[in-house]
Amino acid sequence: MKHGQIRFRGAGMNDFAGEPGAVRSKPPDVRAPEARVVVRNVDFFYGTTQALKGVSLDFRDRQVCGMIGPSGCGKSTLLRVLNRMYDLYPRQRAEGEVLLDGMNILGPDVDVTLLRARVGMVFQKPMPFAMSIFNNVAFGVRLHERLGRSELAERVEWSLTRAALWDEVKDRLGSPATGLSGGQQQRLCIARTIAVRPEVILLDEPTSALDPISTLKIEELIDELKQDFTIALVTHNMQQAARVADQVAFFYLGELIEAGPAAAMFTAPREKRTQEYITGRFG
Amino acid sequence: MSPSSLGATPRRRHLTDIAWRAIAGLSAVAVAGTLLLILGYIVREGIGALSLSFITNTPRPIGIPDGGVGNGIIGTIIIIGIAALMAFPVGALVGIYLGVYGHGRTAASMRFLSDVLASVPSIAIGLFAYTLLVQPFHHFSAFSASFAFAVLMMPLVIRTTEGALRLLPAALRESAVALGASDYQVTARCLLVAARPGIITGLILALARVTGETAPLLFTAFGSQFWEFNPSNPMAELSLQIFTYAISPYREWHQQAWAGALLLILAVCALGILARVAFRQRATVET
Repeated sequence: MKHGQIRFRGAGMNDFAGEPGAVRSKPPDVRAPEARVVVRNVDFFYGTTQALKGVSLDFRDRQVCGMIGPSGCGKSTLLRVLNRMYDLYPRQRAEGEVLLDGMNILGPDVDVTLLRARVGMVFQKPMPFAMSIFNNVAFGVRLHERLGRSELAERVEWSLTRAALWDEVKDRLGSPATGLSGGQQQRLCIARTIAVRPEVILLDEPTSALDPISTLKIEELIDELKQDFTIALVTHNMQQAARVADQVAFFYLGELIEAGPAAAMFTAPREKRTQEYITGRFG
Repeated sequence: MSPSSLGATPRRRHLTDIAWRAIAGLSAVAVAGTLLLILGYIVREGIGALSLSFITNTPRPIGIPDGGVGNGIIGTIIIIGIAALMAFPVGALVGIYLGVYGHGRTAASMRFLSDVLASVPSIAIGLFAYTLLVQPFHHFSAFSASFAFAVLMMPLVIRTTEGALRLLPAALRESAVALGASDYQVTARCLLVAARPGIITGLILALARVTGETAPLLFTAFGSQFWEFNPSNPMAELSLQIFTYAISPYREWHQQAWAGALLLILAVCALGILARVAFRQRATVET
């Protein structure tokens, strides 16, 4: 893969100048992977309602962290803290620290557009833009980089290939993205996200609107993608967490109840509430 | 209610149902019938005077054949064209402000003001244009009419642009934001692209709204018997010409008024169809 280095623009660029590619080309590490995103004592408020209470959690480099818990437990909220999506809404605020490569992204002088180029997000419902397949994938790239025609085409092909969609759309890159099936649209959204070449990908229930076959494809894809990206996956589906996650974090009523390796969480949870949830006694 | 009454619908309820349906159906027929009656009458009265020379010639004195409203048609296009050039950019920008950023008090009062503006009688807006752009210069002008029309179109453009943007799901905006788009990029490259059919439909409807508007023209464009292309001069306009012809005592001119009305209705219908076509192109693909 040869692609131009991501060029960051605007203020505070030095803080974000680390090249993502450099991290990936490190020799494989046999020890436990280092934490890429470190969440420390994060509180979150919707107006006066507290949705996260003192959450601390590590997202390890090139692993999938599955976040589970009943509706309203705060798992999606934490996801929206990691790329500061909540900034869109004036009454929402976060306190505490989230370190991305040692820098606190909740700080006041973080350039959120650069942050979001490094921390990509895929939503529950696929939401292609009202433009061609090609332009959907190129959308984010054009925001951050100035690539020539062939470079851009190369990046689009790379992203669609990584998202396991290239073979299905290579002959109709100019057609409207809205003509794709639901599963294809979601893979397009994944392609659109990785085209920006983020380090971290946030997946907010990415398969809950899809049929079982599309779900399987996305799960296989997540397994592929973790070779290059650190992935945070919110899911309501416990089997999905068991299938694709390396680490699992269980949330309940805004608190992180426990987190650990997936195998241990599903076979021998330390907390009673975790056990009750994964055995289907509530939620 | 006793279980035995489950057997048949009570008579009274049955009658209520029938009455309701009859009233609703009759109302629909009455409205559609009135519309068809008007259309039919205009076609019947106007079709006789409609000819190529009617569209290409200027008005002639009574008794001289082949008079037309060609200058009025051109005048209508010029006046409405200039009005659109003024109303579209400003109205669309206000609509974008209200649709994308407008959450606070300022936005709420803007919305209210634009609604009030929409219900101000057009003759009052014509008077305003007269005071502002005719009196100081001591002569009527097409431009003053365009200004009055622009004021009339503005609230429509604002509300349809805002509406088209508000219809977009919040997730669409979030999707663009999640890719690292700035405020401007989200609006310009994603939201406006998605809302384009709705916005264009609004613009066309605004055009249709002022086509045939007559009151503000009486003391702004004023009318003219000649070909006139300079917006700073008085100019002929189709609906104004219809008015002049209709209140005249001549049978010949009455017929021309009907023919002019027919042209206006055809134009508005064409705009309506165009609006529907524009709205249907939802998945617009840009290259």
